[in-house]
Amino acid sequence: MFRSFWENLTIKQKLAITAWLFLAIPIIFYITIRFYPTYEAFYVSFMKWNLLGAKKYIGFKNYIRIWGDEDFWIVLWNTIKYAIIGVPISLLISFTVAYYLNEIRFGHQTIRALYFIPFLTTAVAMAWVWRWFYQPMPIGYFNIMLSWIGIPQQPFLRSVEQALYSVMAPAVWAGLGFQIVIFIAGLRAIPKSHFEAAEIDGAGRLQILREIILPALKPTTIFLIIISTIGFLRIFDQVYTMSEDSAGGPLNATKPLVLMIYDFAFDEFKLGRASALTVILFLLLLFVSILQLWLARNRYAKK
Amino acid sequence: MEEKLKNIKLYLFSIFGSLFIFSSISANAVEIEYWQYEYGARVEAIDKLIANFQSANPDITIKHTYFPYADYRKKVAIAVAAGDGPDLVQLYYGWLNDYRDTGLIQPLPKDVFSHDDIESNFFKMVSAMKADGDYWGLPTAVRSLALFYNNDLLKEAGLSGPPETLDDMVNYAKKLTKRDGSGNLIQEGMAFDGGIGQTHHFFREVLVRHFGGKPFSDDGQKVTYNDAAGAKALKYLTDFEKTHKTTQNGFMNRGQDAFAAGKVGLYIDGSFRISKFKKAEGLNFSISELPGHNGTRYNFSSFWANALSSKAEGAKKDAAAKFLKYLTSDEAMQIWLDTVGELPAKPSVALVDENKQHPLYGPFIRGLDYATATTFVSEKPQRQSIVDAYDMVVLQDVSPEDALAKVVKKEQELFDDFFGN
Repeated sequence: MFRSFWENLTIKQKLAITAWLFLAIPIIFYITIRFYPTYEAFYVSFMKWNLLGAKKYIGFKNYIRIWGDEDFWIVLWNTIKYAIIGVPISLLISFTVAYYLNEIRFGHQTIRALYFIPFLTTAVAMAWVWRWFYQPMPIGYFNIMLSWIGIPQQPFLRSVEQALYSVMAPAVWAGLGFQIVIFIAGLRAIPKSHFEAAEIDGAGRLQILREIILPALKPTTIFLIIISTIGFLRIFDQVYTMSEDSAGGPLNATKPLVLMIYDFAFDEFKLGRASALTVILFLLLLFVSILQLWLARNRYAKK
Repeated sequence: MEEKLKNIKLYLFSIFGSLFIFSSISANAVEIEYWQYEYGARVEAIDKLIANFQSANPDITIKHTYFPYADYRKKVAIAVAAGDGPDLVQLYYGWLNDYRDTGLIQPLPKDVFSHDDIESNFFKMVSAMKADGDYWGLPTAVRSLALFYNNDLLKEAGLSGPPETLDDMVNYAKKLTKRDGSGNLIQEGMAFDGGIGQTHHFFREVLVRHFGGKPFSDDGQKVTYNDAAGAKALKYLTDFEKTHKTTQNGFMNRGQDAFAAGKVGLYIDGSFRISKFKKAEGLNFSISELPGHNGTRYNFSSFWANALSSKAEGAKKDAAAKFLKYLTSDEAMQIWLDTVGELPAKPSVALVDENKQHPLYGPFIRGLDYATATTFVSEKPQRQSIVDAYDMVVLQDVSPEDALAKVVKKEQELFDDFFGN
């Protein structure tokens, strides 16, 4: 029966079926390890569940409790701070480095590799090293260096005000390598003729930067903004490693959403509440991505 | 060629032969899994106990699994939830309610562990493992707190003998603190790690009681340390960092590391820390009972219990119970004390003169007499309460009263959730 069905098909249909057979593999893969768990998270977010017992439907109670939890608002604000401060700083540094690195030939490869290595290093190992850098005297390098130039010791990770930035620093540093490489690729893709034309017209360096390089790098920049915003909104390893007891302290000053999800899920076994938080994070990421894509599209339309 | 064939035949024969022998053994053999966290001496002790047990019970095999403490709770929970994991598991007594509530463990069978036997032979604090009329686990060893002090630093500061009262301890701490020319701390008089380590226990069960309060109501359902006594206790604790400046959270990583490096005068910890300090080169330390106040002494005791996971059934459950019986025998307790340095869980083994007068274990064992074990609803968030209260006072200049009011409100919500109020 199958044989006769197959033989009655046109070549076009046969090709389509063959193609779909191959495509089915990644589709099934995605459905089982991506979409199904995502669906499950939405489902569990309306349940009370402790991982072992039966799930109990409780409506929007998880969301209501999250709304009324003052820690959630601190944590949400922390998460946003990581992104809105971390992204511009890291893009500014990586663009500056890429811009100058692109101009030099001598040692170009070595310097680029040096910037790229942190990106390849395990976040946890790196965060541990930074954690030691931030220690008070006589161990912490940063405080030792400050004392050389006569600046009083800083508490860094032990301060409610400084801790978030202290955790952000290694995260920015680790992301630089990737961003620099993408920026350099973008810079190299600008046709030489543009620069030659500008020179003939007598444009200065700043003008070339403003009128040619930055507009030409817009797609690259937008790509990096989206990628690194998502990265910072999902920050976890650095905080988990660098805060005392992995608690996101002191006094929740460094705790991001993902750590809160992790604590609810695997310390308190409140899977429902944790799922509700993942849904919130999902919506936040979705909103940011759509917003940025929309902004990008608008600008192109104007040009 | 023929030679080769012969070899192959022999080879196959031996494989099938051994398979046959193996299967005939495993027909009535039971293999159970024992899980604990990774800590050199504990692993060594359990290996020793398993070897002893297996030679007495050849039909039972015990697979010993251990991994870093950081992931311990999560791995156990996830493994048991997935129908995998240990038959017999070690858990911190403060996690009992968590574990019971999530169905990770089952009650001990009454026919093997009679309540009369437990209640007349073990230390009173083991009752923390009793809930809903059942015992849910038993310890091999218990712990208490004591004061470690650095003999050389005390001598250098002209102090003889350890501080005997809370007020003494402050004076000692001030005399033992050293700073360099620009005012940076180079030696801690008395080290505390914010609220982590044993500090939160010391606060709850020792300081609060010394200043006339009680951490929790008698029925265990109300958090009661946010009163005048609690505030005094929190002030006493935070003053070491804030006012007397004899300690700095994070100095040389942790108090125990700084003490091991000979940079701390006084430090409070459990008996399990002895082995670390014994290995520290050039460290000359002694141990005394925790200082008293107004003529009384308090202490905190805790323990890791062995419990049957909900996964263990039938023959495995019987085998696990049998091994647990051995783990809580007098012989196992003595092996544990000698290998790990934790105190036997039965007075009959612990409170013998030889142990009570022991220069290192003695102060801990004497402390068991007046020690209380906190009944936790959930240890981690309750520890976080003390850590946060400490940080509010030290980092944000909040008054002890306000700090306690804030954290206790949250802790009470946790209790209300648990007790269903």
